[in-house]
Amino acid sequence: MEILKEEGVDTVFGITGGAAIELYDELAKTDIRHIMVRHEQGAVHAADGYARAKKGVGVCMVTSGPGATNTVSGIASAYMDSIPLVVFTAQVPTPLIGNDAFQEVDIVGITRPCTKHNYLVRSIGDLARTVKEAFYIARSGRPGPVLVDVPKDITQAKADHTPLPSPSLKSYNPRYKPNMKQLKWAIEHIKEAKKPALFAGGGVILSGASKELAEFARRLNAPVTASLMGLGAFPASDKLWLGMLGMHGTYRANMSVQSCDLLIGIGVRFDDRVTGKLGTFAPHAKIIHIDIDPTSIRKNIPVTVPIVGDCKMSLAELNRLLGKEQFTPDPESNKLWLDQIEQWKKTIAVAYEQKHAIKPQYVVEKLYELTKGDAIITTEVGQNQMWAAQYYHFDEPNRFITSGGLGCMGFGFPAAIGAQVACPDKLVVDIAGDGSIQMNIQELATAMQYGLPVKIVILNNRYLGMVRQWQELFYEKRYASTDIEQAPDFVKLAEAYGGVGLRAARPEEVEPVLKEGLSRPNLVIMDFLVEREEGVYPMVPAGAPITDMLLVN
Amino acid sequence: MTGGKRTISLLVENVPGVLSRIAGLFSGRGFNIESISAAPTMDRLVTRITITTTGDESIMEQINKQLNKLVNVIKVQDLTETDFVEREMALVKVKAEPANRAEILRLVDIFRCKVVDVSPTHYTIEVTGTAEKLGALLELLKMVGIREITRTGSIAMAREKK
Repeated sequence: MEILKEEGVDTVFGITGGAAIELYDELAKTDIRHIMVRHEQGAVHAADGYARAKKGVGVCMVTSGPGATNTVSGIASAYMDSIPLVVFTAQVPTPLIGNDAFQEVDIVGITRPCTKHNYLVRSIGDLARTVKEAFYIARSGRPGPVLVDVPKDITQAKADHTPLPSPSLKSYNPRYKPNMKQLKWAIEHIKEAKKPALFAGGGVILSGASKELAEFARRLNAPVTASLMGLGAFPASDKLWLGMLGMHGTYRANMSVQSCDLLIGIGVRFDDRVTGKLGTFAPHAKIIHIDIDPTSIRKNIPVTVPIVGDCKMSLAELNRLLGKEQFTPDPESNKLWLDQIEQWKKTIAVAYEQKHAIKPQYVVEKLYELTKGDAIITTEVGQNQMWAAQYYHFDEPNRFITSGGLGCMGFGFPAAIGAQVACPDKLVVDIAGDGSIQMNIQELATAMQYGLPVKIVILNNRYLGMVRQWQELFYEKRYASTDIEQAPDFVKLAEAYGGVGLRAARPEEVEPVLKEGLSRPNLVIMDFLVEREEGVYPMVPAGAPITDMLLVN
Repeated sequence: MTGGKRTISLLVENVPGVLSRIAGLFSGRGFNIESISAAPTMDRLVTRITITTTGDESIMEQINKQLNKLVNVIKVQDLTETDFVEREMALVKVKAEPANRAEILRLVDIFRCKVVDVSPTHYTIEVTGTAEKLGALLELLKMVGIREITRTGSIAMAREKK
């Protein structure tokens, strides 16, 4: 507990259990705030949301066995999205390990491939150093979740604590400083490029490099796109902004990447949802790839100039070098390039038509207008997530919190709880689908218990909508197991938990419901009965080149 | 997956679970382990692991990077790129009937092996060498009749510059 305080921990998310009694007994003696969730998955997602909103490390504490296994989806999500977490799982007493004891599970074995690192603490003497290392590993380099499994007998033992120096591990030494030779090589390519494009990812947000990115884009006068995880890294209101790239990216973003002669990927990992068919991705471009994790580079696509380093430091260095050379892009080719992009923008915009039934896009757009873009938005996974990404525009980082890599339904609401704990004075909205919200709906009790005024906007189409859309397009409309007409009355459900429930069934009700819901100081569920078979467009079928876009319903 | 055989030498921290982290990385990411052998070095806190695998340049690059990313891995060396010594050991139990004992001992002599156990009906032969040498001996011993075999997998070390 002393170590937790040394590491600056002020909040822990979790739920107790037999093997965790001592941990909780000690936690209760400190001034660290504990948010008791109703399911361990909720604890990890909440810690994830907390870590992103606060730009710090999220901490969880759960019991052994089922408590530990319930954390796995949350840990895997944080691992894919590189979110720093330290997850404490209690374990059965050391002498019982391996005996199939009650509530025993080999959680270190189970989470080995989805944690950055994990530990089983074998003696009380190791505990302090292990916890210290766990925090260091979680937050340094490419961040990620670290799990610490603590047997009950070790939590029962006592040890004197003397503060330890910061850990140094001979086998772990993340590299932040980019190689100057590589940077200079990158500058050569930048000078030659006539049609450069920048592609920002979650790494820009994690390293706090938005300012440097904006300056870099300005110096090149180059358009900027982003992955889902990168939304907010570059202001959406900027004229150089292209919108999101990939499967549900904008026409101009996808066209720009496919036509550019230099693509600079910054803190991205060229996920399949971004690249589409690999062999056809950015066919005319030389690629400069900046990432702190060497394994991300050349994992999926060939790279001309790899730069291993922190995004912020690398961009700052590139800016300095460009400044020193007094670089300005060739006005003629630059104008041609930006004019071409403007042309694409005019050709096909991300759009919808609001007719008789409420369009989900309209709800998100209204939400954006009413909040003036100044809310922390979390999302569930599926259509709701894509509409949020397309129609809510982010000017600042750490405002958009979503399960990007793992795509974990049930993420948004507990993440909103975590974000609200981190930022009590901010408006936090979970943009949800009716399917996803039911996956961690039990956390309504948590939000009520701690007076967290999270707003839940349900885009309720009574379908598992994204899968339904695939079935419509690629499975001849056979809607196998995607109709979820059978659902609770979300208004009454909110009220049953002690919150506020509102519903809009017609387009003209959308704005009043949003206005009322957002103004209430309570937990609010706003249930929007939307057009059932609305799809997310544009869309690139999985495995196709990203210029093969389906554009309308 | 294309590409030839590769030999990787690793230094890792000698902590519980380190071998399963490495084996898990290979299986989880679809890389292939042909053989793996591990034992502590002079420093008891450090273990040397030799892995032989197959893969082209880009797979090798990923294997190398992914191994380096593991917190317990201290050093990764792809020996295939360098001049190195590689050895494997096998114990081979063969049928040793009066009629072929002399033939077996001749092979043992030619291949510079040792007979380490003798029974009225069987010899156990210890052989050390490259995978090719072991392969050649085993082919010949097959004709005599191999009853049981155990192989270590490769261990390897880079040669010093001459």
